Amino acid sequence: MKPGEKWIGRCSRAVRSISTNLVFIQEPLFRLILVFSTNSLGMRMRIWKIPDQVIRLAILIVIALAVLIVVRLQFIPASFGEIGHYRADALKEEAALTLHYAGMQACVMCHDDIGMIKAASYHRNLACESCHGPSLEHVDDPGEFSPVVVTGRTLCVRCHGYLASRPTGFPQIIEAIHNPMAPCTECHDPHDPTPPEVPEDCSACHAEIARTKAVSHHWSLSCETCHEAAPEHRQSPRAFLPKKPTEREFCGQCHGQGSQRSASAPRVDLSEHGGRYLCWQCHYPHHPEGR
Amino acid sequence: MPKDWKRREFLAKFIKLPCAAMVFGVGAAGDGEAAEEGPYQAEDHLYAMGIQVDRCIGCGLCAEACKNENDVLKEPFFFRTWIERYSIRVDGEVDVDSPGGGIGGFPPLAEGSEVMRSFFVPKLCNQCDKPPCVQVCPVGATFKTEDGVILVDESYCIGCRYCVQACPYGARYIDPRTLTADKCTFCYHRIIKGLQPACVEVCPTQTRVFGELGRRSSPLHRMKRQSSIQVLKPAMNTEPKVLYSNLDGEVR
Amino acid sequence: MSELLEHLEANLQQVTGYIYPNEIELHWSLLVVIYPYVTGLVAGAFILASLVEVFKVKEVASTYRLALLTALAFLIAAPLPLLAHLGHPERSFQIFLTPHLRSAMAMFGFVYIWYLMLVLLLEIWFEYRADMVRWSSERRGVMKLLYWVLSLGSRDLSEKAVRFDRKAVYAITLVGIPSAFLLHGYVGFIFGSIKANPWWSSVLMPIVFLFSAIVSGIALVLLLHYVTTMFRRVKPDMACFNKLASFLMYALIIDLSLETLDFIHRMYESEESIEILAELVITKLFISLTIVQLLLGTIVPIVLLAIGRFSRIPDEFKRVVFFIAALLVQVGIFSTRWNVVIGGQLFSKSLRGLTVFKMQLGGIEGLFMGIALLILPFVLLWILVKLLPPWDKQEAN
Repeated sequence: MKPGEKWIGRCSRAVRSISTNLVFIQEPLFRLILVFSTNSLGMRMRIWKIPDQVIRLAILIVIALAVLIVVRLQFIPASFGEIGHYRADALKEEAALTLHYAGMQACVMCHDDIGMIKAASYHRNLACESCHGPSLEHVDDPGEFSPVVVTGRTLCVRCHGYLASRPTGFPQIIEAIHNPMAPCTECHDPHDPTPPEVPEDCSACHAEIARTKAVSHHWSLSCETCHEAAPEHRQSPRAFLPKKPTEREFCGQCHGQGSQRSASAPRVDLSEHGGRYLCWQCHYPHHPEGR
Repeated sequence: MPKDWKRREFLAKFIKLPCAAMVFGVGAAGDGEAAEEGPYQAEDHLYAMGIQVDRCIGCGLCAEACKNENDVLKEPFFFRTWIERYSIRVDGEVDVDSPGGGIGGFPPLAEGSEVMRSFFVPKLCNQCDKPPCVQVCPVGATFKTEDGVILVDESYCIGCRYCVQACPYGARYIDPRTLTADKCTFCYHRIIKGLQPACVEVCPTQTRVFGELGRRSSPLHRMKRQSSIQVLKPAMNTEPKVLYSNLDGEVR
Repeated sequence: MSELLEHLEANLQQVTGYIYPNEIELHWSLLVVIYPYVTGLVAGAFILASLVEVFKVKEVASTYRLALLTALAFLIAAPLPLLAHLGHPERSFQIFLTPHLRSAMAMFGFVYIWYLMLVLLLEIWFEYRADMVRWSSERRGVMKLLYWVLSLGSRDLSEKAVRFDRKAVYAITLVGIPSAFLLHGYVGFIFGSIKANPWWSSVLMPIVFLFSAIVSGIALVLLLHYVTTMFRRVKPDMACFNKLASFLMYALIIDLSLETLDFIHRMYESEESIEILAELVITKLFISLTIVQLLLGTIVPIVLLAIGRFSRIPDEFKRVVFFIAALLVQVGIFSTRWNVVIGGQLFSKSLRGLTVFKMQLGGIEGLFMGIALLILPFVLLWILVKLLPPWDKQEAN
């Protein structure tokens, strides 16, 4: 066989295979043209004994489906469905969003001196940017951008102002009576906020209890009457917890039937009243309910 | 100042870095583990957040930082995270408020109401393991990533708002600039780089603990070991990945 | 955007109790009320039409074609409010590109296309084919061409071909009844499947939607039949009116029973949400639910229809009574949709507070837009009636 003939053979085979495949497209197309171009023919069309109108509808539906499939292929985003039923590129876009907060580790890389001081203070768990604001720009270009320098009282009071809902023991002040108008930093170093003097009053930290007690029948009792507190409690509150009364007789000193103290205190028979419970397990001593 | 800065840069880069990392290695990458080598592999992670309710002081720094970090509109109708204050009165009545999402702080409790107990609860998208919002999205514009975070594809969302309706926690809103759904992403752009979410970073009392489920020796794991854990609206069977410790039953 | 912020600011002032801060914006408003209302009319009108075709209810046969065209006109208009309420209408086609198969809303595309293309259009095409062929040969100019295109060039008027048309219509109606149930049951499912919302989350929701759809569809056809009879100055077909009124009354009674069942069930189960829902019903929804939906939209029409059916009053008077009842039913069903869609968003998912809905006049979500969208299907219907007169055949008979 000559090379030329071989090529002719290949070509003709290709043409034949294309034309056989084309039949699938050709036939409906041909029919379509036929149907829509000649009315008289259309009336007589009975292919495979399917009614004429059904064929016409079928062609229309096939065309619509074909268009739908093409449109689908054309418009579905490329990365859709790579991982799940979503655009995988969305993850990259999300990951590329701008950061604003640098994180404490970035700060202490340069400000190691302040970091060291703060790490040993009550503010050890407080991040730099909690007060100084988002500072990644500063990390990137320290000369151009400066973080916020806190002055005044507003920011400190946001955490340390008295609110009844705050957890007991969290140091809180009543802004109006705690050195009014003076900026906090005048007395307190925010990087090492141990109070300038060890608090004299329990109320410096236990503001909520102090407020409650102040308006209760127990207003005249000092905290130490009931709570024996080691002096170290003022420096390390959680390591040296104050004590609570452990016996009913303690309250009985005033409230027992034989008591000689304050006549206005209600008296109970300790042997009958309250059973096996300690007094403060039912009565809240900072705000006793008795009238 | 530039001279001083150079010194600091030098120190930071060559001497103090390992040392500083040792001293200040607080909670980086959520679990205090060293940053991983090689490209980020989503399937190796499963992020979660712990909220230690009894530590929250309601300062609102978290909600504010969230708006800064994620370019959320400042108006008080669009929140990725917010803080609620609960006060339960002696007669059992419950008052809840969240003025401005808690960002401006909270006013004192109303005088005269006899409050039995009161506390703050930070709220955010619960990053549910079975998210109703993803279930209802008609086009696949909101989805759960392999590392367990629910994200919104801003350029694919059609703005039908069905996800907002489906979220039991009110965690979603429509950003009026893009008219697409938006919500907390756990600061996805931060966490995959080993940083903490902005709210966790600035929380002054460690109320918020970020970490990964299934990783031992982490603050989150410690929290789960030491406290009673609750999720919001467990009856919804959404299996949240935001875990609350010592949560009050009144919180919804 | 500033307008939205002002609007939200005003809403914030009227919140009672506690709502999540993101809930101050009400996400689905008037347009989403209109959508289930219009779809309900479609399903209802079609179910009425299929009564004729499948159950051979001869009395209402004269409304068959009108009901079909009504269904079509309203179906074409149905997705428009949905489209208009989207934040990105230009992306709506994504529902067809990447439908999320677990989303009830993604199924909208399929249910809608199925119903429009394969049920309603097909049925109408087979029903009108012979007529269109005839009109195409009778008319001149553009109309000739139009009918020729509409009939897809079909010419066959042989008895065999016409008989095939009738069989096709019958078969399609058989498929169409469950499809119409699906279309509107599915709209109910969109709301009923939201577990986060106790006002919506109910297994009865699709069924209640379906029966209220049937009610509204029958009432609409009754109204249209009344109006067209009047304008065409033909003798009113009293048997038809009576039958329509009976169907309407039965459907209303079923609808009322279902709603009552839903109500009793909720009260008896008395779940966590009952207190806030009770407050919602007593305060914010009192007028639209108790007065409009229940009293004016359901009980009064049932009484009117019963009077019309069972008392001996003159026919002209009877028709007016039916007309008023049908009109009230429309108002009632519209407020049913309102109470579901808007009511479901007036309380917080924290179950601790209520918010308000204030309708705007202008804008895409406004009142004027809503009215326009409600008028549109009637314009479409008018065009369809001009194009495919539903009475030719009957008068030829």
